[in-house]
Amino acid sequence: MKTILQFIIKELLQVKRDKKMLAVIFMAPILQLIFLGYAANMDVNVIHTTILDQDKTSISRDLIKQFEQSGYFKIDYYVNNYEEVTELLNEGKTLVAVVIPKDFEKKINRRETAPIQTLFEGSDGNKASIALGYIQGVTTKFSQGIVTEVKDKLGIKISLSGSLTPEVRVWYNPEMKTRNYMVPGILGLILMISTISLMSMAIVREREIGTLEQLIVTPLKPYQLLLGKLIPFTLIGFVVLVIVMVIMTQWFGIVVRGNKLFLLFTALLFVLSNLGLGLFISTVSKTQQQAMMASVFAIMMPMIYLSGFAFPIENMPSVVQYITYLIPLRYFITILRGIVLKGIGFSSLWFETIILFGMGITILIFSALRFSKRIE
Amino acid sequence: MNTIEVNNLTKKFGKFTAVDKVSFTVKQGEIFGFLGANGAGKSTTIRMLIGILEPTFGDALVGGFSIKNEPDLVKKNIGYMSQKFSLYNDLTVAENIRFFAGVYGLDGKKYEERKKWVLKVANLEHMENVITGSLPGGIKQRLALGTAVIHEPKIVFLDEPTSGVDPISRRNFWDLINELSEGGTTILVTTHYLDEAEFCNDIILINAGKLIAQGNAKALKSNYIKNPILEIESERVVDSLEILEKEKWVGETSIFGNYIHVILNDNKINEGNIIHLLTEENGIKVQRVEKIIPTLEDVFIHLIEKDSKKNVQ
Repeated sequence: MKTILQFIIKELLQVKRDKKMLAVIFMAPILQLIFLGYAANMDVNVIHTTILDQDKTSISRDLIKQFEQSGYFKIDYYVNNYEEVTELLNEGKTLVAVVIPKDFEKKINRRETAPIQTLFEGSDGNKASIALGYIQGVTTKFSQGIVTEVKDKLGIKISLSGSLTPEVRVWYNPEMKTRNYMVPGILGLILMISTISLMSMAIVREREIGTLEQLIVTPLKPYQLLLGKLIPFTLIGFVVLVIVMVIMTQWFGIVVRGNKLFLLFTALLFVLSNLGLGLFISTVSKTQQQAMMASVFAIMMPMIYLSGFAFPIENMPSVVQYITYLIPLRYFITILRGIVLKGIGFSSLWFETIILFGMGITILIFSALRFSKRIE
Repeated sequence: MNTIEVNNLTKKFGKFTAVDKVSFTVKQGEIFGFLGANGAGKSTTIRMLIGILEPTFGDALVGGFSIKNEPDLVKKNIGYMSQKFSLYNDLTVAENIRFFAGVYGLDGKKYEERKKWVLKVANLEHMENVITGSLPGGIKQRLALGTAVIHEPKIVFLDEPTSGVDPISRRNFWDLINELSEGGTTILVTTHYLDEAEFCNDIILINAGKLIAQGNAKALKSNYIKNPILEIESERVVDSLEILEKEKWVGETSIFGNYIHVILNDNKINEGNIIHLLTEENGIKVQRVEKIIPTLEDVFIHLIEKDSKKNVQ
C-alpha cells in the first residue's frame, strides 16, 4: 500500500512539474466546454432574407410585413430581378429568397390559390428546413387572415371551431435550446479525452525514457504499478469533471436536476473503460507519438461520432447502430442527459449503468492482463 | 563462495540464438567484467539474469535464487543500472531517492540513513532539491548508481554504465564501484572500454552469443596469445600494414594510433626481419620495432577474429 502511495505521489509530482501538460489537462477542457457550448448550437434565430416583390400591391406588402413581424426573418435585401437573387444566394449572403409573383393580389381577390416562391441556400439542410418551418408558419397565419377577412365581409360568422390547437408543453428543455442538450454531452467528451490521453501516455512514456525497465527490475508488482497509474489519473479526471460541471452551472446556467453523487458514480464507471482503453494503447505503442495518434484516431474520434453526442443514433443505418452499442461514451451520454436534463436516476438508467460497469471492468481487466504479461 | 552461477543459459529470438549455452560463475565481492562487441549478447545475458527476459533454456542462480523459478526473490537482492539514464528527469534529486526507496520498501531511520549515503556518493549534499534533469552527466550517473543500490543489494548489475561519460567522471564512477566491491557487494559490469576491464577481478568475453575466453586480465594476456607480438613505428603506417599482411609469417595485424601491432606465426622471425622487409625492400623508414606484452585489446581482437573465422568454416 505504501509503495502504491509513493507511486501516486510521484505521478502527481510529474504532472505538477510539467507546466505544459498541466495547462493541457486543466485549461483545455474549460476552453473546450466554453467554445463547444457556444459553437454546438444548431438553433436558427435569425433568417437572412431577400424579397423579390413582382406584384408590388398592398396585399404583397402585407405579406412582407408579416415576415418582418414574425421576429425570425431579417430582410436584408429588396431586389428587382432574378439575377440579383441568384447572385445573393451564390455568395451566401442570404438564406432565403421570397418571390411574390405578379398576379398575387389578383389571384387572392379571385379566391384562387396564390403561390409564392421560396428559394433556399440549402447547403446546410438542417438550417434550411428549420427556415422552411418558419415560412410555413407565416404563410399559414397569412392565409387564415385572408379567410377570416373574406368571411367577415360576407357576413358569415363562424369561429374557427373544429380546427386543432395543440397546447405545447416542452419537457426537460423548455426553451428548446440546442445548448442545453449538447453541454451535458460535452461533459462526457471531456472526461473521456482527458483520461484516455493521460493513460495512453502512461506506460509508453516510462518505456521511452528507460524507467520502465528500471521498475521491472525492482520488486514492484505489476498490479502496484497499475494502481499507481490508475488512481492519480482517475483523481485528475474527477477534478476536471467537477470544474467543468461548475462552469456548466455557473456560466451556462444548466443545473443538474438529478442526483450529483449518482452522476459522479456513473462517471467513475465510465472512467474505468477509458483507462482500460488508454492502458491498452500504451502497452501496444512503441513511442508516445504512436500512442497519441492511436488514441485520437483509433479510439476517440470514432467514439465521438458514434456516441450520439452530435449525430442522432436513430438516424444511422442499422449496421452502424449496432456498432454504437460497443461505445461506452454512448451510454454515458444517455446517463448524463438523463441526470442533468430530466433529473432521472438509477431506476430509469439502470440498464446503461450496468452496461457501463460491465464494459469498464472487462476492458480494464483485459488490458491489465495484457500489460502484466508483456512486462513479465 | 559463488554469488552467481550461470548454467547453459540460452536465449533464442525465433531462429536467431542471441545467447548460446553460456556458463560462468562469479565469486562474492568481486568485480566481474563482461566484454564483447555490440550485439554479442551481453545485454541479453544481463537481462535474463535480472529477470527482464526469460531464458529459452538453461538457468542461473543469482544470490542463491533461480532466475527461472524465483524471479521475485532475485529482484529483492539485486540492483540494476543500465546505459540509459533511468531516473526521472522531471523530479528533484530528493524525490527520485524517495520514490525508489519507497519501491524497495525503505522507510524511517533506514531511509534517512540511505538517503544521506546516496547524496554523499553522488556529491549532491545540499543539492537535493535540484531537478535531476539539470545535473551534469557524470553526477547523474553516480546518482543513478547510488539509487540503484539504495536497498543495499548483495549483487549489482551494471550494463555499460559509463558509455558517453567523460574520462574524469568515468574514473570517479569506478572509484564508487570499487568502494561498493570493498564493502562486499558483487558487481557484474559490461563495458566496451578495455581500460575499464583492467579494473576487473575476472573477465569473460563473449562473441556471437558464445563465451570465448575467461580469466583475469593477466591470465588472458598470457594464456590466449602464445606467439610474440611486435609493435612497429614507421613513416607510412598504412603502406607498411599492406606490405606486412602479404607475408606468410604475419598472423594478425592491427593499427594502434601511429603504431602497428603484428602477431607473428613464426618464432624465428625477429625485429631484424621487419626492418629488412620495410626499409631495404620497400624504402619505408622504420623508427622502432619492439617486442611487447599484448594489451587486452590485442587479446580480444585476436580471439574474436579467430572465433569469427571458425564460425565461417
